[in-house]
Amino acid sequence: MLTIQNLHARVGETPILKGINLEVKAGEVHAIMGPNGSGKSTLSSILAGRDEYEVTEGSVTYQDENLLALEPEERAWRGVFLSFQYPVEIPGVKNIYLLKAAVNAVRTHRGLPELKAGEFLRLVREKLKVMQMDEAFLHRNVNEGFSGGEKKRNEILQMQLLEPTLAILDETDSGLDVDALRIVGEGVNLLRGGDRSIILVTHYQRLLDIIKPDYVHVLADGEIKLSGDFSLAQRLEKEGYEGIRAA
Amino acid sequence: MRTDQDLDQLVDQEYKYGFVTDIDSDTFPPGLDESVIRAISAKKNEPEWLLEWRLKAYQIWLTMTPPNWAHVAYPPIDFQSISYFSAPRKKGDGPQSLDEVDPELIEVYNKLGIPLEEQMMLAGVAVDAVFDSVSVVTTFKDKLLEAGVVFCPLSEAVHSHPELVKAHLGTIIPQQDNYYAALNSAVFSDGSFVYIPKGVRCPMELSTYFRINQQNTGQFERTLIIAEEGSYVSYLEGCTAPQRDENQLHAAVVELVAMADAEIKYSTVQNWFAGDDNGKGGIYNFVTKRGECRGDRSKISWTQLETGSAITWKYPSCILKGADSIGEFYSVAVAGKKQQADTGTKMIHIGPRTRSTIISKGISTNRGQNAYRGLVKILPGATDARNFTQCDSLLIGDQCGAHTFPYVEVQEPSAQLEHEATTSKVSDDQLFYLRTRGMTEEDALNMVVNGFCKDVFQKLPMEFAVEAEALLGITLEGAVG
Repeated sequence: MLTIQNLHARVGETPILKGINLEVKAGEVHAIMGPNGSGKSTLSSILAGRDEYEVTEGSVTYQDENLLALEPEERAWRGVFLSFQYPVEIPGVKNIYLLKAAVNAVRTHRGLPELKAGEFLRLVREKLKVMQMDEAFLHRNVNEGFSGGEKKRNEILQMQLLEPTLAILDETDSGLDVDALRIVGEGVNLLRGGDRSIILVTHYQRLLDIIKPDYVHVLADGEIKLSGDFSLAQRLEKEGYEGIRAA
Repeated sequence: MRTDQDLDQLVDQEYKYGFVTDIDSDTFPPGLDESVIRAISAKKNEPEWLLEWRLKAYQIWLTMTPPNWAHVAYPPIDFQSISYFSAPRKKGDGPQSLDEVDPELIEVYNKLGIPLEEQMMLAGVAVDAVFDSVSVVTTFKDKLLEAGVVFCPLSEAVHSHPELVKAHLGTIIPQQDNYYAALNSAVFSDGSFVYIPKGVRCPMELSTYFRINQQNTGQFERTLIIAEEGSYVSYLEGCTAPQRDENQLHAAVVELVAMADAEIKYSTVQNWFAGDDNGKGGIYNFVTKRGECRGDRSKISWTQLETGSAITWKYPSCILKGADSIGEFYSVAVAGKKQQADTGTKMIHIGPRTRSTIISKGISTNRGQNAYRGLVKILPGATDARNFTQCDSLLIGDQCGAHTFPYVEVQEPSAQLEHEATTSKVSDDQLFYLRTRGMTEEDALNMVVNGFCKDVFQKLPMEFAVEAEALLGITLEGAVG
């Protein structure tokens, strides 16, 4: 489903990614862990189509297409979803308006009819329940004045609605208290299964305890240094990145 | 990273409504002198008093000079190169229904996406369509008459309700008010006349679509709305114009009078041709709009979406004379390409406990220059008067400009004034976020901008708000930053 080969990228003159190789098959959950500044968020952004990074070498193939040639929205239409580390505020735009526009934009490009107001409302109410969010959320401006936890829950709510084929969760656990972490983690778990692949980008193991990944990769200094199964995450938690690096 | 070249490229869009309709018209040769004014007056069979009024205005205008204080720049206008009268030729006595209207005219409206039939059916809106200078079709007149409401071309009102016209014309904006108001008073072509009798709530939104269609023809609309005691009216004005090469002058005058407990809501969507990338060929929109809250507890509310014109010079204002009267100004002004907008309002507080609210949203893209210019004046005796002003500017790209010129004159110590101002940029983060949710770059920009404008759009009547959002979309098409 997703093949990253020898991916190099830089910002300005600074190289950030220095040859990433990663293969994600349909239905797999991969965790990418690593210390701050290792390039984790850069990788997420490049996969979602952010244009401030320059890819200097390598390729990314998604469902047999050159992912890097697609605009961010074209990636969304094909089922790529990024949950932001720092979800952006859109003043004056109600959350429900964004959610509906997003769902219908994606549906239209997948050849499905747009959801009517009533149908959409039923769907969004069901998902709100899953995320234990109040309906008042719908009528607040997008991310404006949301707490850290509310923002992340809102991201996963969007993921629930958009039903992506490839979901990239960038530091979704940051800024979450224990309860919010559980709700978000379980929200993601509900989406697990079938052909849906998930890439979890995180600094800590705590989210991985809830969403048990099939594979764990350690990203450091722009390269994947180590790959393994869930036990690698547990080892990391115990020994720290320095310990692993030294080993 | 997105570059400014990209921006410029994206902003560059052909004017969608750029077509010229060839309607057999009756146009004066260019030039202005007393004989032209007499000829205009004669064409309309005007009474002697109105001709005298026009001639007086002309004499005043001759002694005046064009204003130069606005934050706009343009070459001097040659007033002798403008034609001062243009009317679609009428067959017979003029159309009584849509069937009698020139089909080509109807086609123009259809091209603009505002078919009259549909509008009337769906929205129950009575449309007094001004095509060039003469009102061609007035609908729903009977239903309005039933309620006692008069809604007709001003030229008709001069004959049907001479006492009302005579009593109010020029009382809010006198001939000598300013250069363009004086010119309008001398040569005004036509416009709408609205009279809402005492205690009547106008049964429908009154709507006029203006469209400048004659090449090189100045447009001098004049509108007069009178709301008697305890009455209510909502008036909508919308404009589009075809593409052309020469600058066109538009100097309209709108006067509103609200008696005790009356309310006038005046909404405008203005989308005149903005000119090419260098501002060439766009409309010069020099408009004087003013309302007087004459009676106690009266209310006048101006809401505008200004997306077009090469130059906009427009300050819809309220004179708050009656005690406890309310003035409101809600504005979204967009300046892209090389557009220059200098717009705002004046709130003149005279009566005690008068209140005013100003919400101005300026959007600048490409090389557009957007200025808010406002005056809040509290005169002695306007005890406990209050004003709230909020001026927000949104910049798209980095070659555009936003300017704010708020003037405040307070001569009443018990008055309370608040002023808030912000300037922000549409961020790449916002656009990227929305694009990862499946929205195109343009849709993403529209969403951000519409969010910015929400406070104003929600003041527009429902059908108009939808149209306003669509127009804003057309205006910003490609203006992604």
